[in-house]
Amino acid sequence: MILHKIFVINYRNIAQADLQFCPGINCFVGDNGAGKTNFLDAIYYLSFCKSFINVIDSQNVRHHSDFFVIQGQYLNGDSVDEIYCGLRQNQKKQFKRNKKEYPKLSDHIGLIPLVMISPADEMLIMEGSEWRRRFLDSVISQYDKGYLDTLIRYSRVLAQRNQILKDADGNPPADMLDVYDGQLAMWGAMIYEKRKAFINELLPVFNHHFSNISGGAEVIDIHYRSHLSGEDFELQLFASRQRDAQSGYTHRGIHRDDLEFTLGGHPLKKEGSQGQKKTFAIALRLAQFDFLTRHQGVKPLLLLDDIFDKLDSLRSKRLLELVGEDHFSQIFVSHTNRDHLEAILSGIGKEVLFFDVANGEIKLDNQNHHAS
Amino acid sequence: MSSQTFPSKLLENAVNEFSRLPGIGKKTALRLVLYLLRQDKGVAVQFSDAIRQMREEIKYCKVCHNISDTDVCSICSTPSRDGRLVCVVESVKDVMAIENTQQYHGVYHVLGGVISPMDGIGPNDLSIGSLEARVKDGTVAEVIFALPTTMEGDTTNFYLYRKLEPYQVKITTIARGVAIGDELEYIDEVTLGRSLVNRQLFSTTL
Repeated sequence: MILHKIFVINYRNIAQADLQFCPGINCFVGDNGAGKTNFLDAIYYLSFCKSFINVIDSQNVRHHSDFFVIQGQYLNGDSVDEIYCGLRQNQKKQFKRNKKEYPKLSDHIGLIPLVMISPADEMLIMEGSEWRRRFLDSVISQYDKGYLDTLIRYSRVLAQRNQILKDADGNPPADMLDVYDGQLAMWGAMIYEKRKAFINELLPVFNHHFSNISGGAEVIDIHYRSHLSGEDFELQLFASRQRDAQSGYTHRGIHRDDLEFTLGGHPLKKEGSQGQKKTFAIALRLAQFDFLTRHQGVKPLLLLDDIFDKLDSLRSKRLLELVGEDHFSQIFVSHTNRDHLEAILSGIGKEVLFFDVANGEIKLDNQNHHAS
Repeated sequence: MSSQTFPSKLLENAVNEFSRLPGIGKKTALRLVLYLLRQDKGVAVQFSDAIRQMREEIKYCKVCHNISDTDVCSICSTPSRDGRLVCVVESVKDVMAIENTQQYHGVYHVLGGVISPMDGIGPNDLSIGSLEARVKDGTVAEVIFALPTTMEGDTTNFYLYRKLEPYQVKITTIARGVAIGDELEYIDEVTLGRSLVNRQLFSTTL
């Protein structure tokens, strides 16, 4: 699947853009704050129905205007898909495929698989567990439609249970907790099994990518930590009722799941070097890429936001070897320095197209030449 | 919308009252009021009498909490209906929907909502006690849950199940699955998955 054309109006700092891309590598080059990442974000938006920079849609409309439009034309073999997204301030977001509006946005997610690697990925390692759960959820829901629905139901039961705990002033009605615990156990078990299966399948691919990029022999691992791997979940909920009642919050469940990243048996967050953490995050995204390719039979679009800046030349080179091996399909890259990027991409044997970005305006670089 | 100036206080009052109704804004309210004003006086009087009479005289059935003109509703008081079969629904609208199927000859129990602590609705806000009392009487042979398939509907089902289970009454729930006339490829995964898990003997569908 490739993105052939994109048309953008009033999205973030982009006033208007009408571009045609190549099936190989498309590079957005410009200074910091010029709008490179906003272009990648517009592409991201068409896959996930939301921005990765700011999930509050009203703040993604360009200043002094009251709507934005992002429209993309995708080619997959012989078939053409037109995806339209329009948002007018204070109105419901419109998402259309081939001029037909989706009844619900979640129907669209997964149609255009996409993986983004960005500096923000380090949050996966450094920040709280909700980042890692979000990673699990966003990948699994791209190939498993039922997952999101189950997750929504679980969250809803959880919110209702917490409400009872808060309302009851330390003494919640046991008959109601019985009901909610039973439902949490049912939906929770389904989510636990899916997350566990996902990590098991991801792990070998992840290990392969990590050792490939780092070139070293470091032993890395991912452990899925969940209350549900222990004793019967419903019993755990029962046992923590008193504590829950005191704090007005449910302490046990898959909403507390975490992924533990280790390097040589030690926590990566504490022991890893900057380079190791970056490599770890990139390997995780590449594993996600392979995983989606395998499950959906289509290579996702790959967005690389400002990553060559952060990698030493050896690691960059290894990553680019993958690019040269036709491991990926279409790629979008953002970078600040044209000469540097051109040097990195030289001799890669793929079509490369450069776009200049300045003050939210983007145009095809007039010095484009195609690598042979 | 900026505040409108009305040529008459009476007109403004009527518009304000209409615009209290759900889904009715100021503009629609004005249109409705002007329409009533254009009709014969009798039409407006009949209209307001119907509303007043409805509000003052309507009753809720003592047995099932359905809306009724009498103390016991027309369904509960029909001798040909099977009082041993009780269908539990969320609201009066659901009674009407099931009645329209003409497939059901038992009686009802209207809960008046579903359990949702986030909306401030607990079991005590619903007519659960009177359902329990009906079952406890021993005259009920089967309770059918016909609540919404939302998470709150499920919660209410579980709650009722635990309340009624001790009385050894048969408890059933309406089937969930593929709607008649649906193409399988357009059915959501959750519903289709559930239909497979709860598949039934073909001979029972004949």
